[in-house]
Amino acid sequence: MYKLRATIIKDLLILTRDKVGLTLMFVMPIVLAIVITAIQNSTFELVNDNKVPLLVCNKDTGQAGRQLIAAIENVGMFQLKQITGDQTPAQIMARMNAKDALVAVVVPASFSSETLTKATTIATRALNEFGLTADSGRNALSAPAPILLYYHPVLQASFRSSINGALLSALQLVQSKQIVKSLYYSINQKDLPAGLEKDIIQNNPVIHEIAVSRDGNRSIPNSTQHNIPAWTIFAMFFVVISLGSSIVREKLNGSFVRLKTLPTSYLVALLSKQLTYLVVTLVQTAVIFSIGAWLFPLMGLPALNLPSDITGLFIVSLICGWCAVSYSICIGVFAQTQEQANGFGAVSIVLLAAIGGLLVPSFAMPASFKYLMKMSPLHWCLEAYYGLFLEGGTFSDTVMNIIPLVVITVLIQLLTLYGLKRKNLI
Amino acid sequence: MKPAAVSLVDLGFSYPGESGVCFSHLSLDIQAGERFGLFGPNGAGKTTLMNCMTGLLPDYTGSVKLAGLEVRNNKNVRSLFGLVPQDFSFYQELSPAENLAFFGAWSGLTRQQVKKKTTDLLEVLGLTDVRNKPVMQFSGGMKRRVNLAIAVLHEPQVLFLDEPTVGVDVQTRHAIITYLKWLNGQGTTLIYTSHQLQEAEDLCDTVALIDNGRIIAHERLAQLLSEHREEGLEGLFLNLTGKSYRDADV
Repeated sequence: MYKLRATIIKDLLILTRDKVGLTLMFVMPIVLAIVITAIQNSTFELVNDNKVPLLVCNKDTGQAGRQLIAAIENVGMFQLKQITGDQTPAQIMARMNAKDALVAVVVPASFSSETLTKATTIATRALNEFGLTADSGRNALSAPAPILLYYHPVLQASFRSSINGALLSALQLVQSKQIVKSLYYSINQKDLPAGLEKDIIQNNPVIHEIAVSRDGNRSIPNSTQHNIPAWTIFAMFFVVISLGSSIVREKLNGSFVRLKTLPTSYLVALLSKQLTYLVVTLVQTAVIFSIGAWLFPLMGLPALNLPSDITGLFIVSLICGWCAVSYSICIGVFAQTQEQANGFGAVSIVLLAAIGGLLVPSFAMPASFKYLMKMSPLHWCLEAYYGLFLEGGTFSDTVMNIIPLVVITVLIQLLTLYGLKRKNLI
Repeated sequence: MKPAAVSLVDLGFSYPGESGVCFSHLSLDIQAGERFGLFGPNGAGKTTLMNCMTGLLPDYTGSVKLAGLEVRNNKNVRSLFGLVPQDFSFYQELSPAENLAFFGAWSGLTRQQVKKKTTDLLEVLGLTDVRNKPVMQFSGGMKRRVNLAIAVLHEPQVLFLDEPTVGVDVQTRHAIITYLKWLNGQGTTLIYTSHQLQEAEDLCDTVALIDNGRIIAHERLAQLLSEHREEGLEGLFLNLTGKSYRDADV
């Protein structure tokens, strides 16, 4: 026990004197968590609180064109900037390159007439089905002129999709209204009353978002709730930079030669490193969670809501930390130089984070990657944390994520022992 | 009969993946209490032989015994000897006291023993004033003394010294050699290797010359000099190993 105690003291002293290592382990993940959460939060606010600048070039002089623009405005997502209908594509692109707007929509000159033709044809066909008109309305509808959507290349695909969806819903509204008007006119030979038209537009059902959680808490998870667990895991695994290179440094400098001639197994050194760095990962977790819970609100960012099962959170953190430390030791044992340990360690963590769903949501991954994802320990760490932070679960709800994590950790430990044995270190 | 401090019988060793053989059928006895010097040109196998004797290279054939115990993969042997490697073998971030506390524990000493021995050793080696300063701030000579202090902390029966005074000033060299002689007077067997042949003459009473993996001479130093009619170890060395360069194959 005295040997282990002396070794832990030695490791702690070396660790606390390694200012660069401490910076990498604590400051870097904290900065990352703050920056990424702030960016994601501002994106969220851009979409929800602010409006996307949208250039509108209406070449159509009819009523449907104007209705479409009004409907787009009613979506509430855009800040419309109307430009004259005589603008050429080159002029529109020049304005967008000047960052006048990130998106531009061009309504074709034939929009009103085509919408009317389509509505009349559909109304006639519908009335013919009921035997209310002799005209079959079976004239084939010609393809309408497209609505052009210009977008700045900085816009991400997901953001473009939501803009597309908003424009389609506005278009749908205009077309539906036109069809109802045509039907009404065909039956009554009168225009649709203004009150009825208003009801068609305004009395739509409201969509309520409800987050599914195990504890019945229906609050919608914010960017902090997503980011803090992910970057905490990242921070834990980034101990590879300090721990991996510390093992390599020990192997390369003379102290290792002396250790091999002393009557103590190198396993004591490894146990000491595991315990020391396990404490480091737990401190990292406590620091980052505290920042999320108490510092973020002061910075205008959403606060981290800690799960109700704090014991479960501690156990999950402990197991995640153990896996991170085991991985770092394994890298240190197999690496020949500090450059190898740092380079491979850092790159492998980024890769494991990417395939593990920390950088891209796991549901958005291609099917082939979903098998690979299950081999990343960071994936199971993230799933366990999300079980607590997003789903409002307790430790028992995370067991199915913890079991694979423990299995992976044990395999890493066995690999480390094999490496030590092969190098005559134990 | 008291066993030899170190006994090599039919020792054979070659590095894995290398075609050449370092040693084959090498036998040597080093008696307890000797101040034994092992010398040879670069690449002769001095460090390799020392690594076999300390168990750092366990994949040898034949037998290496230390105080009658086989060295290969035997943890019990490790508390019987101390090693002063050529490179600094400690943690530069730690102070001498912190290094001694750690290596003392790993040598099997109790906390009280470490505490007492640390105070004594730092005093003897002139490191008391800097006992709590990080070793990385030390001069080469001070680091050599820390290297030595760690090796003798657990009072080993046999002390292996691989160029223990390389790169130090005259004062430090004198202090280290004086301390080693005192240690030998207390019963510690010294097994020393160096290219400092004048220093070796001062320290060693028995020498062995090794060349191309073979022991070419092994005698009391005075007797060896007399047999070969040489006045000093350097002349004897050149006489027995020649004057040509011994560059390694590159």
